[in-house]
Amino acid sequence: MSVALLISVFVVASCGLAYELVAGALSSYLLGDSVTQFSTIIGTYLFAMGIGSYLSRFVVKGLVARFIQVELLVGLVGGFSAVLLFMVFAWVGGPFKLVLYSLVLLTGTLVGLEIPLVMRILRQHYGLKDLVSQVLTFDYLGALAVSMAFPLLLAPHLGLIRTSLLFGLMNALVAAWAIWLFRNQLAGIKALAAQCFLVTALLFSGMLGAERLTSLAEENLYADEIIYTETTPYQRIVLTRWKDDIRLFLNGNLQFSSRDEYRYHEALVHPALQAIKQPRRALVLGGGDGLAIREILKYPEIEHITLVDLDPHMTDLFKRLPMLRALNQDALLSPKVSIVNADGFQWLDKSNDFYDFIVVDFPDPTNFMLGKLYTNTFYRLLEKHLSQHGLAVIQATSPLYARKSFWCINQTLQSVGLKTAPYHALVPSFGEWGYIIAGHRPYTPPESYNSDLRFVNASLNPVLFQFPPDMAPVETEINRLNNQVLVHYYESEWKHQAP
Amino acid sequence: MNRRDFLLSLAATSCIPGCQPQTSARLPNGEMLGPSMERGHLLRGRDFPAPSETRKTGVAIVGGGIAGLSAAWKLNKSGFGDFHLLELEYVVGGNSRSGKNAVSAYPWGAHYLPLPGVEARETRELLSDLGVLQGDPYAETPSYDERYLCFAPQERLYRNGLWQEGILPQIGATKTDLEQYRRFFDLLEQFRQRRGASGSRAFAIPAARSARDADLMALDGISMRQFLLQHKLDSSPLHWYVNYGCRDDYGSDYAIVSAWAGLHYFASRNGLAENAESDQVLTWPEGNDWLVKQMQKGFSERIVSGALVHRMEETKSHVELDIFLHQENRSVRWQADQVIFAAPMFVLPHMFEGLDESLKQACQQIRYAPWLVANLTLNSLPNPGHGAPLSWDNVLYDSPALGYINATHQSLRTHEGPTVLTYYRALSGEPDKNARQRLFDTPRQQWADSILQDLSRPHPDIRSKVTQLDLFRWGHAMSMPMPGWIWSAARERLTVPHGRLHLAHSDLSGFSIFEEANYWGVKAASNVLWRLGFIPWKSL
Repeated sequence: MSVALLISVFVVASCGLAYELVAGALSSYLLGDSVTQFSTIIGTYLFAMGIGSYLSRFVVKGLVARFIQVELLVGLVGGFSAVLLFMVFAWVGGPFKLVLYSLVLLTGTLVGLEIPLVMRILRQHYGLKDLVSQVLTFDYLGALAVSMAFPLLLAPHLGLIRTSLLFGLMNALVAAWAIWLFRNQLAGIKALAAQCFLVTALLFSGMLGAERLTSLAEENLYADEIIYTETTPYQRIVLTRWKDDIRLFLNGNLQFSSRDEYRYHEALVHPALQAIKQPRRALVLGGGDGLAIREILKYPEIEHITLVDLDPHMTDLFKRLPMLRALNQDALLSPKVSIVNADGFQWLDKSNDFYDFIVVDFPDPTNFMLGKLYTNTFYRLLEKHLSQHGLAVIQATSPLYARKSFWCINQTLQSVGLKTAPYHALVPSFGEWGYIIAGHRPYTPPESYNSDLRFVNASLNPVLFQFPPDMAPVETEINRLNNQVLVHYYESEWKHQAP
Repeated sequence: MNRRDFLLSLAATSCIPGCQPQTSARLPNGEMLGPSMERGHLLRGRDFPAPSETRKTGVAIVGGGIAGLSAAWKLNKSGFGDFHLLELEYVVGGNSRSGKNAVSAYPWGAHYLPLPGVEARETRELLSDLGVLQGDPYAETPSYDERYLCFAPQERLYRNGLWQEGILPQIGATKTDLEQYRRFFDLLEQFRQRRGASGSRAFAIPAARSARDADLMALDGISMRQFLLQHKLDSSPLHWYVNYGCRDDYGSDYAIVSAWAGLHYFASRNGLAENAESDQVLTWPEGNDWLVKQMQKGFSERIVSGALVHRMEETKSHVELDIFLHQENRSVRWQADQVIFAAPMFVLPHMFEGLDESLKQACQQIRYAPWLVANLTLNSLPNPGHGAPLSWDNVLYDSPALGYINATHQSLRTHEGPTVLTYYRALSGEPDKNARQRLFDTPRQQWADSILQDLSRPHPDIRSKVTQLDLFRWGHAMSMPMPGWIWSAARERLTVPHGRLHLAHSDLSGFSIFEEANYWGVKAASNVLWRLGFIPWKSL
C-alpha cells in the first residue's frame, strides 16, 4: 500500500506542476511577455500552495476521504482550467487576468493540501525521517518528469487544453485508486465513488469535446499556439500567438503577422493617400481588421471612412478583443468610421457615392468566388466610384511568387481606362508583396510622408516603384467574369511555390 | 407478440436509416406547375359563350412566346402601334418563363442564348436594342455586356465519382475514344467552315439561312446515330456526348433526331465576340425570361393575357377571332386585318376554321417532346465533392436527366450562400405520347424522389439542403427534328403566308431555339408591315 501511495505522490506532484505550466504557457500566449507571466504565475502558485499547506491543519477527521475529495477537486479545477481560460479570453474578453489568478490561487491551494495530507496518511507506515525523504523524492521526481514532458511532448502534440484535461484525469485516477486501496476503512464509500465517477466522466467528455474546440489536425497546421478560433457563416477565423507575434488566418491563409503588418499596411495606404490633395472620403473594401483604417486615420483631413467587410464576426472581433484593439489602435471604434457588413461587389454595385481614396484589400484570388473581385467588371465599378482626383489602391498578391497574377491585375485595371502605378514592398511574413495604385490621372509619388511612419518614407520611393528583372512585367490576358484567367494563373503559380 | 418478435421489430426499426433508401417522408415542400392545361383543353370541348362585344385591331398576334413577342417588338420598333398580343396564360414568355423566390430568380425553361453569329441579324438587332450587345450589331466580333456573358466556370461533367471541367468525357477516355473525338471534331470543323453553292453557311442560325446543297439536305434523311456509325464512330462516350447534345437541345434521343439537326447543333454556333470565346453563352438568373421582360417593356399595354383564342376565320375584309377571356368569363370577337399566329402549330387546326388541308396535315405531323423541369431551393451549396468546382451547367453522365444549372451563378455575390438549382429532364427514349402520359400520371412525390435520388449520387447531402422542390411539366415543350422533317415540303408549307394568316414559331424551323422563334416572329412582323404599307425597322 505504501508503494502505491508513493506512486500517487509522483502523479499528484506531476499534475500540480502541469497546471502551473499550463497556466504560465497560456497566459504568455494570450498576453505576451512570457517572463512576467511565468514569474507571476509561479509566484502566485507557490504562495497558494503555502495557503493549502497551512489549511491542511484544519483537516482533522476522515483524512483519506478528504484526500480523495481534494484529488477530485484538483482534477476538476485544474483539468478544466485551460478550457475555462480560453473561453473567458475568446468570448468575454474582459476579466481574463482576474479569472487566471483566481484559478491559479485555487489550484495552488488544493495542490498545497495534497502533500501534507498524504504525509499524514503515510505516517502510520514510515518514521518521520523516511517519510519526508520518500515523499519529497517522489514529489520532485514527478515535477522533473512533467517539466521535461511538457515542452517536448505535451504542449506540441496534445495542446494546452487536452494536456490539462489529461492531468485532471490522472488526478481522478489517483482518487479512484485511493478509494480502492482504502475500500475497507472508508465510510460513505458509495458517495465517494459516485463523486469520482462524475468527475472522471466530466473530464472525459471534456477530452472528447476538446476535439471540437480545436481539432488536432488544425493545430498541426499552425506553427504557433491557436488562441482563438471561430467558424462564421463565411470563413474560419484563427488567431495564433507566439511571444509577441499575433497572426490572423482566414480559411488557413495568413492575413497578417503583428510583427510586420505595419510594413504591409503603411505600404498599402500611404503612397496613394499622401498623393491625394484634400482627401475627405475614404472607402475600405475588405480589411475588417481595421489595420488599413488605422493608417488612414493618421490623416486629419479625412472626414469619413466607410468599411465594407462581409463578415460581422470579423469586424466585431477587431472591435472587441483588447489584444486586437491594441493592434488597430481602436480604429474600428473611431467616430469617423462606419462599418457595413456586406458583400463588397454587390454593395459597390448598388452604391452611388464617390470616394477620394479607395482601399481594395481582398483575399487573394484563390477561387472563382474571390476571383470576381479582380475582374474588369469590378474595376469598372471601382472606377465609377472614384472621385476625379481620387486614387484607389489594390492589394495584388506577390509580383515575385505570382508574377503573372500580379501583372494580370495591372493589365485588367488598365483595360477599364484606369492609369496604374504598380509597386512592391518587402513584408517578411509574406515575402515580396505587390500593390497597384489606380486613378483617372497618372500618379506621381509624394515628395514627403507623414513623419511617424516606421517603414514608408520618400527615400523609399525608387525602391517601391521599380521592378527588378525577376518581377518585371509579363504579358497576360485580361481577367473577366467569363474567363477568370487570374484564378488559373494564381493557382498554377502558387502551386509551384509551395514548399 | 412474443419477446423474439418484439426484438426483431426493434432491430428492424432501428435499421431504417442505414438500410433503406430514404423515401417520401423526407421530401421537401413544393408545387407542381405547368401550362394551363384545362384552359388549353377547353379548345377541344368547343363550349364557349357567344361573343358579347366586337373589337378591332390592325394585327392580332396569337401567342406570347418568343416568336409572338419578337413580332410585337418588331412592329413596335417600326413605329406601328395598331396591334394586340393575345396570350392564353397570365404571363407571357412561353418556354422562357421563370419563377422567383427569396433566394433567386430561376428559369422554368429556356435559360441561355449562344453568341449569335452574323446570320442571326434579327437576334443581334434585338440584343443591341436591349443593350446586351454593344457597338455595331452586324460586326463580325461585337462585344457584349459582361454581366450577361456566362461567368467562369461554365460547364462540368460528373462521371465515375468525379467532376471534370467541360462536358466531353475526358477522364477514363481510352486512346480509341480520343482518336474518335478528334475525328468527330474534324468533321464538325469541316461543316463549320463549309459554304454551300449559294455562298451560305452549311449550318446557319436561323436554319432558313443555311445552304441547300443536296448532300447537306440528304443528311436530314438519316438519324444522328446513323451518321456517327456511317463514319465509323462507335466510341461510347462520344455517343453519349452527341446524344446529350440532342437530348439537351431537341428533347429527343439521337436515334430519332435527324443528322442534319444533330450536326446543326454542333456546327452552327459560330458567333464571335470581342470579349468572349466563341463557345460562350449569354445567360441570366431567370434564364431567357430576362429577354422577355426587357422586350415587352415597349408594348406591355398591348398584351391581353388570360385570353384563349377558340375560333379564327378569315373573311373577305378581315380575320375574325373569338376569344374567351378567362378572368371575365365571357367571349369577345376581334376583327384583325392581319393575324400572326405564334402559338405551337399543333393547336392551329383546333382554332382555325376552314384551314387549308395541307397546312392542317403539316401541323399534325409535328411531334413534341415532353419535358420536366424542377427548381430546387437549397439553404447552402452541396458539399463540393471531388474535382471541378460548381459551375453554371452541371451535367451527370449516367442520368436520365440533363443535369442542373446554378441560378445564382450570374450573381455578383463573392461568397457562398443559398441557391436555386434548375434540373432539366427531357422525357426522351420512349414514344412522346407515352412519355407525356407518364409525365402527367406520375405524382409529384414520385418525381421529386426520383430527382433527389439522381442528384444524391454526386451530392449525398442534397436531401438535407433542399428546402423547396417545385416542378414544371411541359407536355409539348418543343418540336422534335425527326429525320425527314426539316427539309420536307410539309414544313416549308408552314413558312409562307396564307392570306391574312402569318405563322411564326420555332415549329417552323423544326426545332426549338430562341433565335429561330425570334427570326420567324420578326419575319412575320415584317411581312405584315409590308402588306400594310409600312417599312420595317432595320433588317428584312
